[in-house]
Amino acid sequence: MTTGRPMVTADYPPRTSTGFDVEKIRRDFPILKEKVNGNPLVYLDNAATAQKPQVVIDAIQKYYQSYNSNIHRGVHHLSQQATEAYEKARVKAQRLLNALESREIIFVRSTTEAINLVAQTYGREHLQAGDEVLISAMEHHSNIVPWQMVCQEKEAKLRVIPINDKGELLLEDYGKLLNERTRVVAVTHIANALGTINPIEQIIEQAHQYDAVVLIDGAQGAPHLALDVQALDCDFYAFSGHKLYGPTGVGILYGKGDLLDSLPPYQGGGEMILSVSFEKTIYNVVPHKFEAGTPNIAGGIALGAAIDYVNEVGLENIGPYEDELFRYATEQLSQFSELRIIGTAERKASIISFVIDDIHAHDVGTILDQEGIAVRTGHHCAQPVMERFGVPATSRASFAFYNTKEEIDALIQGIRKVIEVFK
Amino acid sequence: MSLLRDLYQDVILDHSKSPRNFSELPDANRKADGHNPLCGDKVTVYLKLNDGVVEDVSFTGTGCAISTASASLMTQAVKGKSLAATKELFESFHGLVTGKTNEGQELGELVVFQGVSEFPVRVKCATLVWHTLQLALKEEAGVVSTE
Repeated sequence: MTTGRPMVTADYPPRTSTGFDVEKIRRDFPILKEKVNGNPLVYLDNAATAQKPQVVIDAIQKYYQSYNSNIHRGVHHLSQQATEAYEKARVKAQRLLNALESREIIFVRSTTEAINLVAQTYGREHLQAGDEVLISAMEHHSNIVPWQMVCQEKEAKLRVIPINDKGELLLEDYGKLLNERTRVVAVTHIANALGTINPIEQIIEQAHQYDAVVLIDGAQGAPHLALDVQALDCDFYAFSGHKLYGPTGVGILYGKGDLLDSLPPYQGGGEMILSVSFEKTIYNVVPHKFEAGTPNIAGGIALGAAIDYVNEVGLENIGPYEDELFRYATEQLSQFSELRIIGTAERKASIISFVIDDIHAHDVGTILDQEGIAVRTGHHCAQPVMERFGVPATSRASFAFYNTKEEIDALIQGIRKVIEVFK
Repeated sequence: MSLLRDLYQDVILDHSKSPRNFSELPDANRKADGHNPLCGDKVTVYLKLNDGVVEDVSFTGTGCAISTASASLMTQAVKGKSLAATKELFESFHGLVTGKTNEGQELGELVVFQGVSEFPVRVKCATLVWHTLQLALKEEAGVVSTE
């Protein structure tokens, strides 16, 4: 490590059954010392956004304090330094996804922008009247609306892969929905409102039999699962920095190089051009073709720091520990006869949506908040999922590797209080 | 716990569990829908207006304890009131839940919502049905379909 700060190392004393020193990890996240309503913060809203380790906060500050400068243009020192740091972050994202080339990594604002980019470029270029785009019944609005918009424009059909009562994709139906008119399959890696982990390898393989391209919404996937876009043979993979312990306002779109080369630009402006005259503009090469305007430079660099941090802790350590938290929470929550978990797929990430009797999620959220416990309440930008399960809203606890079993115990105590208030 | 007790007073819990005037109104001549897209709360207010007086009022919908109780207590509070008195009542109620005024004389039982002012994100839960009522009162159309 080049920073002077104490960093996490791989030698964890066996503090939990998975040998993960969570107390050491927690010291890296300054916000976890905060109090909310007089109680220690219990942050269980990680699927909405994750907290930031000190190294990420430092990276942002360091950029603005010592080398703030615009990238890719200046010949002066600071500009070179900023460009180098930004491009290093691109390579870090490339390695995280195991992409073949760094030019396949496009910096965007968010997963949402990444999906819009693909819909507005690939979608507008390739969709014709009568063509089909396939999404699933467990998608976030971000992976529904951009496709609806382009389908409407191109008179293409948006079709939906159904799910069962556990919140799992019905793969047989998926197979039947695929046909020669299917141009795009856009599904989530991990469902944000249900926690389901989808078998994306199989989904991609089947789609490719019909020459459809596949976009994976990795907003929830990237923070929890080791990724290899080459092994997956994924065409597009999108994720957000802020759910991966990085800052908000920066995200990554991976696309296969030749696919990206063939697409028209998304937005026009600076950076995305090679030359401009009033008669004709020649577009820049990938990835710059898709990166018009001054980007979120500090955000990109800090996302690189977040990726470094996640690698230090190691996804091979994060996965088993989060799974341990998830199993413990599921077991503890099942003691309440009043509580029903929404989404009970065989393969789930550390996301638990639940409803308590007919108590509205917002009442649950307010009472838990008084105890310092942050959970997400509402429809989680997945109204069709709520409709599918016949609930107006759910409460959702989602766990990160800095959470503890003691925090899950606090959640259980909080739920006891909710039930007591509404008895 | 005291802040929570202020918010979830017994009267509010009672009205949220067994809301009053919770049905469609067959002879309504005004109707309006309210929706909070953030939390998914939905409410429909039915009014029977006669000579500038709220002769009867009811509601249907789904929502949290605060919004359901607010709707239930609102129907009781405005029944029999003139249009002008109803509007004044809404203004007082709005002041109460946003912590701008503390006087609750004319608010009657509605003062139980005073605790909401300590929870700014829940203000919209308490006021959704009142905004919907305002909309129903504004509608110039005559008889609306209630099927």
